[in-house]
Amino acid sequence: MSAVRARPQVLGAPATVPAKPAESGWHRTLRRFRRSPLSVLGLAIVAFFVLIALAAPYLAHPTERDAYMIPHDGYASDPRPPGPGHPFGTTEGQFDLFYGVIWGARTAFLVALTVGAIGVGIALVLGSMSGYYGGWLDEAVMRVTDIFLAFPGLILAVVIVAVLGQSVRNAVIAIAAVQWPTYTRLLRAEFLRVRDMEFVQAAQALGDRDLRIIARHVLPNTIYPILILASLDMGGVVITFAALSFLGLGAPPGYADWGQLVSLSRNWILGTAGDPFKFWYSLVVPGVAIFLFVLGWNLLGDAFRDIFDPHQQASR
Amino acid sequence: MTTFIVRRLALLPFVAIGVTLLIFALIQLLTPTMRASLYITDPKQLDALPDIIRKYHLDQPVYVQYWEWVKQVSHGDLGWSQTAREPVVDAIRGFFPATLELALYAFACILVLGIWLGTLSAVRKDQVVDHVSRLAAIGGASMPTFVGGLLLLMIFYGHFGWFPPGRLGLDADLYVRGPGFHAYTGLMTVDSLLNGRWWIFWDALRHLVLPVATLTYFLTAVLVRITRSSMLETLGTDYVRTAHAKGLSNTVVVDKHARRNALIPVITLASLLFVGLLSGVVITETVFNWPGIGRWGAAASQQLDIPAVTGFALVFAAMLVIANLCADVLYAVVDPRIRLK
Repeated sequence: MSAVRARPQVLGAPATVPAKPAESGWHRTLRRFRRSPLSVLGLAIVAFFVLIALAAPYLAHPTERDAYMIPHDGYASDPRPPGPGHPFGTTEGQFDLFYGVIWGARTAFLVALTVGAIGVGIALVLGSMSGYYGGWLDEAVMRVTDIFLAFPGLILAVVIVAVLGQSVRNAVIAIAAVQWPTYTRLLRAEFLRVRDMEFVQAAQALGDRDLRIIARHVLPNTIYPILILASLDMGGVVITFAALSFLGLGAPPGYADWGQLVSLSRNWILGTAGDPFKFWYSLVVPGVAIFLFVLGWNLLGDAFRDIFDPHQQASR
Repeated sequence: MTTFIVRRLALLPFVAIGVTLLIFALIQLLTPTMRASLYITDPKQLDALPDIIRKYHLDQPVYVQYWEWVKQVSHGDLGWSQTAREPVVDAIRGFFPATLELALYAFACILVLGIWLGTLSAVRKDQVVDHVSRLAAIGGASMPTFVGGLLLLMIFYGHFGWFPPGRLGLDADLYVRGPGFHAYTGLMTVDSLLNGRWWIFWDALRHLVLPVATLTYFLTAVLVRITRSSMLETLGTDYVRTAHAKGLSNTVVVDKHARRNALIPVITLASLLFVGLLSGVVITETVFNWPGIGRWGAAASQQLDIPAVTGFALVFAAMLVIANLCADVLYAVVDPRIRLK
């Protein structure tokens, strides 16, 4: 190293001077949000998928007994291109791609919401208890989260489904098992921040029961970061679920799930001798659906990270 | 430093015990007969199921079974993998070099590309390069690995026929298995050169291109973003301004003064990146039919091949603990202000 090795300095971010002193944090968030076109695009994409999921029964009429099973038009194995009756074509086994994509949006939201609910639910119990009481309970819960976090999420999910067996329900359980440690730790950290504040001590001095203090006083002041994190994780949860389905560990063949549709296309990516892209739609249609869904969530998440990142506030 | 390394390595048994206990707790949901069938290596053994149950204490409480299993592992026996049709230990030994080769090439590509792009988009903040790399980063994070991998296969194998899936072509594979070829490391690109067989080297390289490209595209995104924000912070410091004021050229300031310091936080991320790489390897190996640990683990998971799944989980846990350790040690070596205790 010939250059003088300067010591990196820890520079405090320059103090932000608010444009209007009266502006509340929420308004500032909204203003920043609207200023970035990409985050608005993200919101639009997510809203679009919400609409599709809600309107699924009207967009694609269920014909099977279980609406999440894609109707199939015959049993021929090779995919058919888009045409009358099948606007997006059919994939292996003549499963209708349009139906699969539309109802796949429902599956995606159902999976993501269930995983979020289970993960946040576990965090509510374990995170609040270990944050509020501390001691050996805290130590035990934290060591367990250490073990869970020491593992790549997808691998842990694969291992859990491998033992439980392949099904949508088990895949959801496995992904929830991957997600809960993050939420639990975050909630615990928030509890540690709030636990010794004066209003909590006041409630304790008044003789409130612990449960009531946690529910009425601490949780309302700690829960929002976890809820935001959990909702922004939806894209990642859907990717993991799709990956499990692709590996044959999530949704069964014919289930309206994007990952499962991609896995059905695996045998058809080579096309025929004269026409290598003959079956492109079987991969591209479900692939685009996953991509757009996750893109929407990532754009939203990106915007929120920028908004809440104190390092970047000065430059915005 | 030594105590630190020892302490961090001591974490490995805990992670291993935690993961295997989890697997053991979960398989208690199966009946003893179903669990006994995991030990069968030959259909003729079906009659001996009750003996197997007794031999492996499958009708006993979990802790007895776990203790028996630990004793078995301490003899270097992880059980029999039905997916690989060989003992788990041999399977790991056979599959590991392939995964290592893939991961090493991908890791190198990710580091070079990520740091280069990250620096570039920090130096040219809010210019075209910055916006394009940001868009590509969000796109990379949004596209699932398996969709991207299959698309690459469709275009570069189906249409152009350049880069086939698998690890080696048929001729090369036969030659490698023959007596004239000595496997020094198990890494095909290295072994082929050590044996002086250029055509096998080219063949191995051709097979590496698509899986490495897939992993690189999807994981570089994170690195670019971190390098960029760290670089932006460093570029705003006083010593960088001083360097500029001394009249040093922009290249020298960026490469010698700013980037070296900006890379320190990136090292922490490298271990996180490795976690992503390990997850990515499972999918990528399955997509490209790459004969590594990930594909084996995924296949074993579908077939209730519990010994294989356990072995697969243990290998990944070990790789992870070691990767984290390397990152920490590297961190202390690069930044003298950090003392490991």
